Amino acid sequence: MRIKTKLRLLCLALAGLALSGGTVAAQQATEINGAGASFPYPIYVKWAASYNELTGIRVNYQSVGSGGGIRQITAKTVDFGASDAPMNEDELENAGLIQFPMVIGGVVPVMNLEGIKPGEIRLTGELLADIYLGKITKWNDPVLRKLNPDVNLPDRAITVVHRSDGSGTTWMFTNYLSKVSKDWADQVGNNSAVQWPIGVGGKGNEGVASYVARINGSIGYVEYAYALQNNLTYALMQNREGNFVSPNVKSFQAAAAGADWENSPGFYVVLTDQPGADTWPISGASFILMHRQQDNPEIGKAVLGFFDWAYRNGAEQAIELDYVPIPESVYAIVQRHWAKTVTGPDGAPLWNGGGK
Amino acid sequence: MQQLTVPAAIARQLRWNAVADLLFRRLTLLFAIFVAVLVFAILVALLVGAWPALSRFGPGFITSAQWNPVTEEFGALATIFGTLLTSTIAMLIAVPVSFGIALFITELAPAWLKRPVGIAIELLAAVPSIIYGMWGLFVFAPWFGDEIQPFLTSTLGNWPLIGALFQGPPMGIGLFTASLVLAIMVIPFIAAVMRDVFELVPPVLKESAYGLGCTTWEVTWNVVLPYTKVGVVGGIMLGLGRALGETMAVTFVIGNAHVLGLSLFMPGNTISSALANEFAEAHGELYVSALIALGLLLFLITFIVLALARLLLLRLSRQEGRTT
Repeated sequence: MRIKTKLRLLCLALAGLALSGGTVAAQQATEINGAGASFPYPIYVKWAASYNELTGIRVNYQSVGSGGGIRQITAKTVDFGASDAPMNEDELENAGLIQFPMVIGGVVPVMNLEGIKPGEIRLTGELLADIYLGKITKWNDPVLRKLNPDVNLPDRAITVVHRSDGSGTTWMFTNYLSKVSKDWADQVGNNSAVQWPIGVGGKGNEGVASYVARINGSIGYVEYAYALQNNLTYALMQNREGNFVSPNVKSFQAAAAGADWENSPGFYVVLTDQPGADTWPISGASFILMHRQQDNPEIGKAVLGFFDWAYRNGAEQAIELDYVPIPESVYAIVQRHWAKTVTGPDGAPLWNGGGK
Repeated sequence: MQQLTVPAAIARQLRWNAVADLLFRRLTLLFAIFVAVLVFAILVALLVGAWPALSRFGPGFITSAQWNPVTEEFGALATIFGTLLTSTIAMLIAVPVSFGIALFITELAPAWLKRPVGIAIELLAAVPSIIYGMWGLFVFAPWFGDEIQPFLTSTLGNWPLIGALFQGPPMGIGLFTASLVLAIMVIPFIAAVMRDVFELVPPVLKESAYGLGCTTWEVTWNVVLPYTKVGVVGGIMLGLGRALGETMAVTFVIGNAHVLGLSLFMPGNTISSALANEFAEAHGELYVSALIALGLLLFLITFIVLALARLLLLRLSRQEGRTT
């Protein structure tokens, strides 16, 4: 008897589960899932919250790292992926993906030297590469002294700190070093993880920052927003025009403005070492990845709708969180790209120009 | 002769008992087989995932210290070295300390102190590993880097032969700190097991030895340890297993550099911390496959260590009764 009642209860429970499962399936167009880069996570989540209040559509974003984002979108376990390092045209073609830039950020060299305040030390790209190659090992090296005649540089060994995990930040940083130093390009190269000649590895921006804070005489590199929010001692970098600039929203936007988005297939644009008098040399965009052909057009439309809203209305929130929004001119190009490439399963375009 | 009759209700009950017994036996068998199948399945999955890297690099994967994601050349030597070195040093520190703790609690401590110390050890065992990592990075590493390391480098660092072990910038982060944090993490496990098995020694054995005029040390060495060696080795293996596979605490303090260096004060890497660091962002088939191959190696290392422990116990038990 008792067993029978239990069985009946179980059946009821199962039926209830099936029912609720059914309703979830029916609501799926009001929920989209993304995963990827950790650097833009805070702003994506903030946009998602505002967008949910406005439209009721829920956007879930997991910060699993750029590599994880690419893997998940390729396997179609999420509706959009995010990556700090752009995929090149062939990779996009092979995976059937499109990418577009969503926010701009930059990488900032930070250091820990007694008595040195933020922005006091000037560095050039070549010098930074030599430090990371282990060629310049002391803070009072003649090259550093010549560049910083007014600063009292101590006779202290330089401890190099880098990321231990693969990261878009590392991708931008090594991309820049490869451009400005032939030795770096030949010996180390450019990737989201590289074989570092020297130094210690910290996990994540916070790992690098805590090592830099810990070790006297250390130098590391972190995302701009991270350096700013934690008041780290950043360095001025010499850009292509020979000016020493400090990292800020203006100098990042200057880097984005100079780029030729229109003629870059698949938006493969790298913003390191860009021309412009105010340009911060180690800038880069963070990208969103989507499948060209959407299996479920409702979800495809919802994803595009969310990013359309973010482009149009998200700039203020982005700046609040120390991200650099995409310039309007670039957004217009992105929209045209959507209209051309993103389709439903039947090949019909999903984006009609966004004039809602 | 009168036929023995069993009331129907009891007979039914008995039959049901037999069925239930059988069911229960089958069920437990199923669980046991399930575990074995699971281990085998994990091994197969690792092999399949690691195959691209293993077929590409062959035995060179184990003998090369290269780890270059840009040129896609991968070798595991640096991480194998780091894993074995940190675990060895951790065990060198943890085993004597744990032995002392267990000995103190079971033999020497006054009755009122036994319980508090025992509970403290169990609490230590329950602390999540990331807490140890944070403690290592934020508390121990600064103190060690500022106070102890310069002293060691300027004294032991100048000795011949072993001097190279103590060279390096005083940052408090590196193989030695990782080993020490590991040691602190495994001490509660080993000490708790040792204490439990020491308490199983029949008092009459110890009392007889004391009666013969043995010192505490002699009783421990000649009576308690031989009686409990299986449990003691088991406890040490439990600790070693944890040390080999520990991830987060090590990642925090080891410095995470794929370098094959002699100095204990230089950054290094272990298999599990390399996996934790690089898996999320690994891009490209070969890179991911090389990481899975690292996982396979860790699996094999753990397996070999456990097998050796079994062998050791087997040899110990065969010698039982021979020496007097």
